[in-house]
Amino acid sequence: MDFNADHFSLFELPRTFRLDAALLERRYLQMQLLVHPDRFASAGDAEQRLSLQWATRVNEGYQTLKKPLLRAKYLLRLAAHDLGSENVPADFLVEQMEWREAVEEARAAGQHHELEHLHHRLKRDIVERHEELALLLDDQHDLGQAADRVRRLMFLDKLLVEIDEAIAECEE
Amino acid sequence: MALLQIAEPGDSAAPHQHRLAVGIDLGTTNSLVATVRSGLAVALSDELGRPLLPSVVRYLADGRCEVGYEAQARQAVDPRNTIASVKRFMGRGLADIAHREALPYVFQDGCGMLRLHTAAGLKSPVEVSADILRTLRQRAEASLGGPLVGAVITVPAYFDDAQRQATKDAARVAGLPVLRLLNEPTAAAIAYGLDNAAEGVYAVYDLGGGTFDISILKLSRGIFEVLSTGGDSALGGDDFDQRIFCWILETAKLKPLSVEDASMLLTRAREAKEYLTFHGAAPVTARLNSGEVVDLTLTTETFAEITQTLVAKTIQPVKKALRDAGLSVSEVKGVVMVGGATRMPQVQRAVGEFFRQEPLNNLDPDKVVAIGAATQANLLAGNRAAGDDWLLLDVIPLSLGLETMGGLVEKIIPRNATIPTARAQEFTTFRDGQTALAVHVVQGERELVSDCRSLARFELRGIPPMVAGAARIRVTFQVDADGLLAVAAKEQTSGVEASIVVKPSYGLSDDEIAGMLKDSLAHVRDDALRRALKESQVEAQRLIEAVRSALKADGDLLAADEMARVENGIIRLQNATLGDNRRQIVLAMDDLEAETKDFAARRMDKSIRRAFAGRHISELDSEAAVATTGEVA
Repeated sequence: MDFNADHFSLFELPRTFRLDAALLERRYLQMQLLVHPDRFASAGDAEQRLSLQWATRVNEGYQTLKKPLLRAKYLLRLAAHDLGSENVPADFLVEQMEWREAVEEARAAGQHHELEHLHHRLKRDIVERHEELALLLDDQHDLGQAADRVRRLMFLDKLLVEIDEAIAECEE
Repeated sequence: MALLQIAEPGDSAAPHQHRLAVGIDLGTTNSLVATVRSGLAVALSDELGRPLLPSVVRYLADGRCEVGYEAQARQAVDPRNTIASVKRFMGRGLADIAHREALPYVFQDGCGMLRLHTAAGLKSPVEVSADILRTLRQRAEASLGGPLVGAVITVPAYFDDAQRQATKDAARVAGLPVLRLLNEPTAAAIAYGLDNAAEGVYAVYDLGGGTFDISILKLSRGIFEVLSTGGDSALGGDDFDQRIFCWILETAKLKPLSVEDASMLLTRAREAKEYLTFHGAAPVTARLNSGEVVDLTLTTETFAEITQTLVAKTIQPVKKALRDAGLSVSEVKGVVMVGGATRMPQVQRAVGEFFRQEPLNNLDPDKVVAIGAATQANLLAGNRAAGDDWLLLDVIPLSLGLETMGGLVEKIIPRNATIPTARAQEFTTFRDGQTALAVHVVQGERELVSDCRSLARFELRGIPPMVAGAARIRVTFQVDADGLLAVAAKEQTSGVEASIVVKPSYGLSDDEIAGMLKDSLAHVRDDALRRALKESQVEAQRLIEAVRSALKADGDLLAADEMARVENGIIRLQNATLGDNRRQIVLAMDDLEAETKDFAARRMDKSIRRAFAGRHISELDSEAAVATTGEVA
């Protein structure tokens, strides 16, 4: 194992967006069994430090590859493709504003069910966009378009967090 | 007599190869120490066979302290110097403590963490906890026959960095090497999971004396992966006592109480709560100092009603933890109940209703955390046996971040990140020629710094003057396997560095800890002598009781003059135990033992004869049984 290898090499997985999640998890757990600090609790300082670094490294790699949005961003970074700061198209922004208004309305009225509904709708939308991203990254190798979709997904991810926070607020 | 050394195949016979390690549950109400002995995790009891140590410390004017039942017994008469539930004060300032006006203590606020005025001087919660830990360490060392290589100490999963650091410092003051800080629900999951060979998603609902945790774990092939955790580090069984206490005041229409009366009624409240676990109604009676008499009956219905909001308060974090784990109720295979407060029927009911299944109660909720911690300690100490191939992957409970412009928080590590973990973020200067950058580390979920807990502040100095925005300052957060944070900052173009292990915000510097350590060592010799004296007194008492019960059962085996000599011996030993001369106690014990040697032999004869008589009967029975079977066949 090479400490400085990229995350895909670390887990011996192909450098693609589509990914065998079960295999990633299995390799992750196998690696933690080897490097985790609990395995070195009675070892010397140097070994303990190494174990901490390795376990941190393995966690970072796993978290990055496990989450589709982070994985896509990482693939773009590996391809040295700048995510860019171009604006997302206006129609997407209008759509975003509509979403936000709906969330805000439901939050203000304390409509727990409506928020749950919005959460599920958005989740479905995000999953569909992941499939589109797989086509762009793995099949068409269109990094420009992929970067655009990643930028949109970053908006949606944030929106999902906001919906979850609104739900938590309703429960209080 | 020669003893045979027996070793299991593949086991080492060399005793020194087993490294002595313990798990400690440092609870709000009670604490426990457990260890793995012959492959089995067991809680260690005190001289009187009691596994629980009440987390109560009483400070005396001569600088000494009493810990546990002894201190608890004096709580009502000396409330100001008798510190209970100190866990609620760990890593906390005065402003953090709810209902502090109802507490009998004399507080002092000081640099982050509060202090308590006692007869033995000003005490920090770290020192009080250290006194509890020291008692448990001594119990373990006496029981295991040697010094410990270390301990796994459990903390509520929802403890923040300041509370964790305070716990680790307390262990240091108690002279106890910490192998790991382990989250309480995770410890319970280890005990439960290994015991039941469980697989799948489990929720651990842990309602202790003063803290509430919920953890969602995935158990697969010996790996315990915490998916999310949540809770409330200031909600527990104590709050239920408080509700009963308030109900007593209202229902009995009592005038303002003295500190002693309040302390007594709080004890009555706790007793009523415990009584209601097995009964439909609890009597609440007390005579106050004023002569006023309280005589009430608390029904389970009323109890459930007055504590409804508390129970509901625990369900909120459960929902949040499930959402964080991306799971629904139907995906949870089992709910493990931990902590004494989960014995309350209304808690059991609410959890069962929420998860739509009966909660699992097959492990003692008081002991399960210590048992899990002992199992982990055994592994960490290097006593790994074949088949011990399990591993824990835990998370941090609260997001870690930095203060940015306008008092806003920039999150660096999100809550529920698997530890150990590290994250780096780049910042820059915002003024031309700026040579220093203040770094303010905070923990919490809110957007405003003022709503989060401040963990540390430090400055990166010596940045070469540049135009605004040209400096590249990389701030790295590293969280270790104990869940503790270290922060480092480095200006990338010049290499100027600053780093800090997060801790000063709550105010115990390394020097202060060293000071406490010295103070505690000053008492060590004294402690050891006192301990030996106490042990002899307990032993003497046990001997007296044994002889008395023997006299009662078989006094007829002794002649009148023999009887007189034995009784004389008892009185002499009794008198010796009242003094503090340990040698005299030991001599009196030797005398009594010599005096009763013949008596013991005669009793033994008698009981052997009795046993023989019994065996004849049972042998006849079994022969008859064999014969019967023979006939049928």
